[in-house]
Amino acid sequence: MSHWIVQSLNLFASLMLILAFAMLSQRRILSLIHLFTLQGLTVVCATATVAYATGRHELYFSAALTFTLKVLLIPYLLHRLIQRLKVQWDVETLINIPTLMLIGIVLVVIAFNLAAPVAQLSASIARGTLGIALACVLLSFMMMITRSKAVPQVIGFLAMENALFFAATSATYGMPMMVELGIALDVLVGMLILGVFLFQIREQFDSLDIHHLERLKED
Amino acid sequence: MNDGRLAGLLAIDVILIAIAAWLALALLGLVFLRQRAMAARVLFPLGAAVGLLLGTGALWGLASGPQVAVLAIGLPGLPFHLRLDSLAAFFLALLGFASAGISLYTGGYLRADDDTPPGLFAFGYLLFLASMAMVLLAADAYAFMVMWEVMALASFFLVIANHRSAETRSAGFLYLLIAHLGAIAILLCFGVIAVKAGDYSFAAMARGHLSPFWASAAFLLALLGFGAKAGVLPLHVWLPEAHPAAPTPVSALMSGLMLKTAIYGLLRVSLDLLHQPQWWWGALLLALGLATALYGVIFSTAQTDMKRLLAYSSIENVGLIFAGAGLALLFRAYGMDGLAALALTAALYQAASHAFFKSLLFLVTGSVLHATGQRNLGHLGGLIRTMPWVAWLAFIGVLASAGLPPLSGFVGEWLLLQSFLFTPGLPNGFLNMLIPVVAAVIVLVSALAGYAMVKFFGVVFLGQPREASLADARDARLLERAGLVWLAALSVALGLVPTLVIQAIDPVTRLLVGAGLGAAVAKQPWWLLVPTSVERASYGPAVFLVGGLAASAIAALLVHRLYHARLRRAAAWDCGHPWQTARMQDSAEGLGQPIRQIFEPFFRMRRELPDAFDASPHYRVEIEDHFWHGLYLPIARAVEFLARQAGRLQQGRIAVYLLYSFLTLLVLLLLVGR
Repeated sequence: MSHWIVQSLNLFASLMLILAFAMLSQRRILSLIHLFTLQGLTVVCATATVAYATGRHELYFSAALTFTLKVLLIPYLLHRLIQRLKVQWDVETLINIPTLMLIGIVLVVIAFNLAAPVAQLSASIARGTLGIALACVLLSFMMMITRSKAVPQVIGFLAMENALFFAATSATYGMPMMVELGIALDVLVGMLILGVFLFQIREQFDSLDIHHLERLKED
Repeated sequence: MNDGRLAGLLAIDVILIAIAAWLALALLGLVFLRQRAMAARVLFPLGAAVGLLLGTGALWGLASGPQVAVLAIGLPGLPFHLRLDSLAAFFLALLGFASAGISLYTGGYLRADDDTPPGLFAFGYLLFLASMAMVLLAADAYAFMVMWEVMALASFFLVIANHRSAETRSAGFLYLLIAHLGAIAILLCFGVIAVKAGDYSFAAMARGHLSPFWASAAFLLALLGFGAKAGVLPLHVWLPEAHPAAPTPVSALMSGLMLKTAIYGLLRVSLDLLHQPQWWWGALLLALGLATALYGVIFSTAQTDMKRLLAYSSIENVGLIFAGAGLALLFRAYGMDGLAALALTAALYQAASHAFFKSLLFLVTGSVLHATGQRNLGHLGGLIRTMPWVAWLAFIGVLASAGLPPLSGFVGEWLLLQSFLFTPGLPNGFLNMLIPVVAAVIVLVSALAGYAMVKFFGVVFLGQPREASLADARDARLLERAGLVWLAALSVALGLVPTLVIQAIDPVTRLLVGAGLGAAVAKQPWWLLVPTSVERASYGPAVFLVGGLAASAIAALLVHRLYHARLRRAAAWDCGHPWQTARMQDSAEGLGQPIRQIFEPFFRMRRELPDAFDASPHYRVEIEDHFWHGLYLPIARAVEFLARQAGRLQQGRIAVYLLYSFLTLLVLLLLVGR
């Protein structure tokens, strides 16, 4: 029984990692949103599994919350956003994709090394996945850095939040409910604000390329 | 009555009621924002009455023992602890009585053409007073710091009351900058002490024992912090800028009273909280105080702006007070408590008399400014004929400031010199050699202070008016006059009955150094001041006054009886000139010239001499501070350089900013993972 559960958790974790790499290398924005939705679904499944295994009912609740927010609501908002902004393509990343993959692998190695001592301390059944969660955080961050358009950066930010949530679940059976609700609200509000910003940016510069923002710097 | 209550009230209750009344009046000022009559006729006179109440309460508190109170304001679970002990009571008495005179004067001083609405000015003014009182009452570091900052901010907004002039704004900024620098140092000082004590209340901090290293660190931080507020070298630069920029009552409050809160803080930390002083603290304080005094007085003689002259004179007085406190620390460190009490009494006496006479003199400049529109000494003169009240009251202030008997300034300086004469008893050969030399500096400072005051009074009030417009100068209004008379009366009283004042100071020195002069002084009749023993020194100001008056009366009588009594008016010193103008009088520049010559290395001068054939010759001299060019500007340049280097981090590219966060995260993770 518990063997199956650990195995499935490991499966979800490796899915997370693969999805993170896929997002790092994906250039089409639409596919990026699909990948993000899949990632959200994986987190939901992982949370539900942990909830089932440990019998903690509040984790079901947070899985449900994640599902509504990150699988349904935010992908829907993103879809509408790119339709209205009429951006389907992210032309280029700042670093070419093979190099990015190599950097990603280095990051994963670092994350695993960092997570090893922490995982020893954790009593969670999912402790083996902490390294993967940390790696996903770093990879999402990397994605934010290397994209030159605004929408993929937003998605990178959201993916980072997903990974963080996954890390919390695997290390300590989730965060306290208050914190979780707060973060959920933050993500939603952040999403809305970023959406507004994107419209404003486009109106100002006729483009979503963020290098236009460099002009805002004061000399 | 036997537990110190009167009608169920303790002295501290009276003081708290007075503070609450000030705050209530301040709020009224906000309600009647633009009604000058309200502020002038109601708020300020009532504020003066409250000041008297506070002063009386403080005098009563000085006589009774320490009292405590807890105010549940501020953060939940972190109330303000208040304590009225003799040290706080002494300074509160100064605050109450001096502010009464200043507030009364301000009622008559308000004019319609100020930039700040009168109600807002009253709000800031009364808030400033209330926060000063709370600083003195605070008994934990938290309350002290909160009130200290309220005081700094209130005074900052008062300084920039005439904010339309750029000069005022930059002076205000400089003041705020140095005030905050000082506040940080004070906060760190309390932090150092409280870490060992485990608690932020002053009582716990005074019980804690610090290693000599940390005690010294705390002392140096306190010296930096309170020195910045008091205007000690080299943190004095804000004083001569802020005082002329501020409205006159504010200059009087800041110079007369706010500087005293800094003295209070230094005494509180160095003698109460850190109760085991080391000898070099005292030596450092003494050296710093003397340097400040000398520097201040030399600059004050060279000024041509009334308020700057007085501001530098304040620096000088603060220096003298610091020197007295330093000597007290020195004696205390060697366990000579009686002598420490003598030096401390001198410092406190000087603080008290300075609070009154400097407020008086600043207010005089305000009256002159309003009557003539001039602050520059070069455009004044002969005002004793058009403004006799102001002139004669200024004369009293000038005598006190110059340290002449029988006024208050003399007692402080005399006591200070007396305590210097005891330094050969110190068990430290090095100091024994050095201190007689620095005692000579004190004498030099007092002499130069007299010179500066002669210049101030002579150029403003005596001689011929240097401008035609001065003929219509009007004397001060009734309320202004009342405030000036009150302060002058206090200066005279403080000079005439030093024995009573010293007995009032006695509990303070007992609290801080465990000894007092009260008993020795009480043995003699009230008109004779004998701080140690009759063989050594004694001073009878009343006798001096009676003698002086009698001598003058006899001389006048003789002149009138034996010589002829006719008054003869003639051109003075016309030396064969065909015509004379008022501009041929000795000017402020002229009076300052010998000092500028003698102490040339102290100044940084820029002179413009007229050409021999110039039809309208102009002579200009600008005096600047070496510290400004040698210390402040290099620091400002360094800060600007560093800021520019830090600015290079700001590429303006979001990817780069994200990279910074990413690298920080990685480095932190690696550090934690170790």
